[in-house]
Amino acid sequence: MKTTYREALREALREALTADERVFLMGEDVGRYGGAFGVSLGLVEEFGPERVRDTPLSESAFTGIGIGSALAGLRPVVEIMTVNFSLLALDQILNNAATLRHMSGGQFSVPLVIRMTTGAGRQLAAQHSHSLEGWYAHIPGIRVLAPATLADARRMLGGALADPDPVVIFEHGSLYNLSGELDEDGAAPGIGAAAVRRPGHDVTLVTYGGSLPKTLAAADVLAADGISAEVVDLRSLRPLDDATVMASVARTHRAVIVDEGWRTGSLAAEVSARITEQAFYDLDASVRRVCSAEVPIPYARALEEAALPQPASIAAAAGEVVGRHG
Amino acid sequence: MTTTRRTKAQRGRPSQSAAAKHRRDLLAGMLLIRRFEERCVELYSASTIRGFVHLCIGEEAVATGVTTALEPADAVVSTYREHGHALARGVPVEAVMAEMYGKATGCSGGRGGSMHLFDAGRRFYGGNAIVAGGIPLAAGLALAEKMRGTGGLVCCFFGDGAFAEGEFHESANLAALWSLPLLLACENNLYAMGTPLAVEHAQTDLAMRAASYGMPAWAVDGMDVTAVEAAARRAVDGIRAGHGPHFLELRTYRFRAHSMYDPDRYRDKTEIERWRTRDPISVLAERMKADGELNDTVQDELDQRARREVDRAQQAAEAAPAESAATLLRHVHTDSEEAPA
Ligand SMILES: Cc1ncc(C[n+]2csc(CCOP(=O)(O)OP(=O)(O)O)c2C)c(N)n1
Repeated sequence: MKTTYREALREALREALTADERVFLMGEDVGRYGGAFGVSLGLVEEFGPERVRDTPLSESAFTGIGIGSALAGLRPVVEIMTVNFSLLALDQILNNAATLRHMSGGQFSVPLVIRMTTGAGRQLAAQHSHSLEGWYAHIPGIRVLAPATLADARRMLGGALADPDPVVIFEHGSLYNLSGELDEDGAAPGIGAAAVRRPGHDVTLVTYGGSLPKTLAAADVLAADGISAEVVDLRSLRPLDDATVMASVARTHRAVIVDEGWRTGSLAAEVSARITEQAFYDLDASVRRVCSAEVPIPYARALEEAALPQPASIAAAAGEVVGRHG
Repeated sequence: MTTTRRTKAQRGRPSQSAAAKHRRDLLAGMLLIRRFEERCVELYSASTIRGFVHLCIGEEAVATGVTTALEPADAVVSTYREHGHALARGVPVEAVMAEMYGKATGCSGGRGGSMHLFDAGRRFYGGNAIVAGGIPLAAGLALAEKMRGTGGLVCCFFGDGAFAEGEFHESANLAALWSLPLLLACENNLYAMGTPLAVEHAQTDLAMRAASYGMPAWAVDGMDVTAVEAAARRAVDGIRAGHGPHFLELRTYRFRAHSMYDPDRYRDKTEIERWRTRDPISVLAERMKADGELNDTVQDELDQRARREVDRAQQAAEAAPAESAATLLRHVHTDSEEAPA
């Protein structure tokens, strides 16, 4: 079936709302407007304003309301327009959603799903372009997912809703128009598993979310140069699937991590450290990182492009790692 | 008239009517909180219990009066100053004391301590140490009550300091907009830590401001437990009748410092003494005596009973096993066998 990332997400929401009447979607403009990115278009007509619930601009309150209603047995899906605005709700996510279970000695679970957009690439300037997935991946008590393919867009929500604990799902803004064939009844992928998106034997390119298409493009460039790159999509940023990453590094002996977050204190830093801790003796070269430049993401197209990982910069880093030591 | 009643009471046969028994229960409830917290002071001074400990001594009428108006099926959300709310809600004093000790038998398995008391069975949802952090959560619980049609309501306790946070205003707007079954119980003790009401609020009439969200709101004497209970019942009736959130400004005072760490330099001692003359326990006890429902002997018995309960809880907490460090990583995520329904 031909579909887009946006439609796949909508289909996942439709399925969830149909399957379980405890599920409801809540957030700014999710109803009448159809979602800031069109993901929930038409769902309010189908399920009504109680279950596709428009909220005022109140990130902290509606996220906290999601937490409270989850505590009381509902299965809310909270949409926060972008990760930038989620900072107004960070207190609720970190201090309540992620910690209530532990603080209560295991008495309360928070079966909440929070969806939000992330990432740059659309010339929206700093306050609409940041990638803070790594911050969320830092937090024990939540799970963090980053669907990068149509199949993950279609099926990760189901897995997240089945999880009894809070799950944060990052949808990269540049992926909504991604289109392609989606197999109608694929299985729900497990949370916490990475996937090898392209096999190869010279270098492992580890990435996730909006950087996956760029990394696959870089692998094409490398292939034309006779370098065979394996592309690992982390898919789950917390927990991280160490086994898949290390198995790949054991095959290729080289690793480049591609992460749209800033380099300092990034998820890429975490993955790099894990490779060094767990697969040091498999390595033929030091681990490299391709991250965003350490600036607020600029507006001007050329500046924005220069700030972000691009197929050319990814291919160049991989080429160096292979060339220098190959 | 009053004199004859008093004489009768002094002979040891105070009135036994249902109303008298109810007031005696209120008194006993407040005494338990008072004696529990006094014990906390001793235990803290002896370094037996640690952490931030916030006492509600002086504010017992609020916890007792409001929770008395609730049903067991209702939910309660509280703050870091929640010993009184937890005990008034019926969380066993042993479980609360054991939590203060960080023991395995504590009501949060030793993970929470004084500021994070939880009890799922009594629908007591903590124990939130982020000022105003519990308010959106309470609104969410109320949304769930409404969507599921359970007829339950949610009571959220918070302070005058929390009223200044955006989370209160966002939640008040949403709760009124969606007509949620939410009782917003604002404990106005005149201070946010060391900041007086007039230094934190441009307009200090909190009930009036809450009313601007389109919800019934009024102020009550928070030192008078029967007045608190009556106001809470009126609010609860309005909420159950489907009139959406209600706001109570409970005008009260904490006799002790903000926390055990606080030297309390910002308050005039005469102010504290003036409020002490309105101690909620004496206010009720005196009224009961005047009405022939209590005498010194009975009051003393009630007091001894509270002390014995606290003694037992302390002994049990001391004897209880510590939570083992081997369990450190428990309760971060839900084990599959304990997943919620
Ligand atoms: C968001 C946040 N800011 C600051 C603090 C530090 N703090 C703890 S209690 C408190 C005062 C709160 O006053 P109020 O809401 O009136 O409650 P009370 O302590 O009087 O019961 C402050 C500033 C905090 N815990 N959380």
